[in-house]
Amino acid sequence: MRILVCISNVPDTTTKVKFSTDLTSFDDSGVQWIINPWDELALTRAMELKEDASNPVSGVSVVSVGSALVEPTLRKTLAIGADDAIRVDANSSDAHYVAAQLAAVAANGDYGAILCGIESSDYNGSAVGGMISEILGIPSVSAVSGLKFAGDKVVLSRDIDGGKEEVSVPAPFVAVVQKGIAREPRIAAMRGIMMARKKPLQVVPAVEAETFTAYKSFAMPEPKAPCRMVDADNVKELVHLLQNEAKVL
Amino acid sequence: MSVLVYTENWDGKFKKLSYELVSYAKTVAALAGGDVTALSIGSVDQDELSTLGNYGASLVLSADAAPSGLDNQVYTSIIAAAMEKCGARILVLAHNNTGKALAPRLSVKLKAGLAAAVIAVPESAGPLVVNKKVYSGKAFAKVEILTDKAILTLSQNSFEICETGGTATVEAFDPDVDVAAAATSIQDVQKQEGKLLLSDADVVISGGRGMKSPDNWAPIEELATLLEGATACSRPVSDEGWRPHSEHTGQTGKIIAPNLYMAFGISGAIQHLAGVSSSKCIVAVNTDKDAPIFEAADYGIVGDALKVLPELISEIRAARAQ
Ligand SMILES: Cc1cc2nc3c(=O)[nH]c(=O)nc-3n(C[C@H](O)[C@H](O)[C@H](O)COP(=O)(O)OP(=O)(O)OC[C@H]3O[C@@H](n4cnc5c(N)ncnc54)[C@H](O)[C@@H]3O)c2cc1C
Repeated sequence: MRILVCISNVPDTTTKVKFSTDLTSFDDSGVQWIINPWDELALTRAMELKEDASNPVSGVSVVSVGSALVEPTLRKTLAIGADDAIRVDANSSDAHYVAAQLAAVAANGDYGAILCGIESSDYNGSAVGGMISEILGIPSVSAVSGLKFAGDKVVLSRDIDGGKEEVSVPAPFVAVVQKGIAREPRIAAMRGIMMARKKPLQVVPAVEAETFTAYKSFAMPEPKAPCRMVDADNVKELVHLLQNEAKVL
Repeated sequence: MSVLVYTENWDGKFKKLSYELVSYAKTVAALAGGDVTALSIGSVDQDELSTLGNYGASLVLSADAAPSGLDNQVYTSIIAAAMEKCGARILVLAHNNTGKALAPRLSVKLKAGLAAAVIAVPESAGPLVVNKKVYSGKAFAKVEILTDKAILTLSQNSFEICETGGTATVEAFDPDVDVAAAATSIQDVQKQEGKLLLSDADVVISGGRGMKSPDNWAPIEELATLLEGATACSRPVSDEGWRPHSEHTGQTGKIIAPNLYMAFGISGAIQHLAGVSSSKCIVAVNTDKDAPIFEAADYGIVGDALKVLPELISEIRAARAQ
């Protein structure tokens, strides 16, 4: 089975978010780009599965939709261990458009498992993975925090509100993964970085797809009033404030 | 333009978020000019179903037959059939694990633009423009839905539950969907018994690495019990195995918005704040006066959490006894 991991290229999670003066676009000056944290965990799990010879995993591909600017991020995934990368040459912030591109790539290859992170840390849409599965008409399991092989089936652990479930699913399927799927993301070693240069990074044109949404404008939250400090020796005062001022006790 | 809302239940009772969703849908329907239909999947008592009228639903569709676990394809088909039955153009779901699993599939199936993690009622219905969280809560964006139909997933605790005193007609709903055709099958379920769900809690008491050791958690639990709240933690605490992963809040953990969030020995790293900054009131106790948590907090104490906690518990007890 081949695994396809969908990779979103996002601003580093510590980025101070800024917008253009007319508030219609993200200001990316000085921004460091990274692999979306959940996608990075998905990739890590895919690598672990491939490295354990008892699993029927023959290869791991990665795919991203974006301009040439996403290529350093794709190279990083190759350095971490992915076998090959595909970039769909298109720019879009609409989840449906992006999902349609990824679904087209998935349909063109023989992938048994398609892994996506549960959301991207920029638009927080939690949309792409589920959309790919519906476009392809295959099962999806969301909030996945574990993935293993059991005979010809795949067993996924997923979080439900108030517990955990183990779900088995036939291939091909989409797993929308979250934290727990792998422990720590991998860091590319020097050898991986050298090897990544020789690995294939294929650029494919976008397919026709509809856009369902458009981002009109952005805004920053209202600045918060400064924190009201209470002396450590006066815990009683804090209780009084929480009861009478904030009215939360 | 009518609105369909997908409500969720747990052990046959509606979750608190279902009332929030119906209240929200009522306001959206008022803006768009239409009624609210609520859809319930799985076994819920008739009496419980009719309570949704009190939050603004005029019709409740009850689809009793459902697969044993959430099968995304079967659920998507049932919800899509309900959309068709009530002629709704707007669908509302929760922005939780279930909503995140179903909304994108429905978006494709219904050709309906999806605005996820919305935090307010749309500012207009035609075209539908709505405010949502972006950059993990560090900013907001106005999204316009370009399709005829729209799907909104509501961030939790973004809308007040309002009781309207209305009544709802409850109707059995038996769509032409093969429930037995579920591709996924549940092998095992581990339910967290008897504990308040973190996502449902109005009060959350949270500890970070500054609590020093898992052996120091008793006062955190005691305070949570006293305030009828839930316990939470920062990521390193769950990574270390001091507390279960289900308690980890933040960008990569649970995103919560309780009325009161108390952070003991938590630095307030940006990724932690991404999960808790929508709380109505934040209280922080930290030994470091420069800890970033104080920038997000409403009330703060510079001090040792292990000393402050027992005092806080006894002062709250004393204040309540008065
Ligand atoms: C991609 C990514 C995603 C992440 N996602 C999350 C997430 O979802 N949630 C999350 O929490 N973190 C997340 N993190 C980690 C985050 O950056 C911080 O490392 C983490 O939140 C720190 O946890 P902490 O405050 O408990 O521990 P520390 O950073 O160790 O801070 C401990 C704090 O306790 C204080 N302290 C020490 N002793 C006492 C005492 N006796 N009494 C009172 N205060 C005391 C210290 O002054 C300090 O401020 C993420 C990181 C990355 C890179």
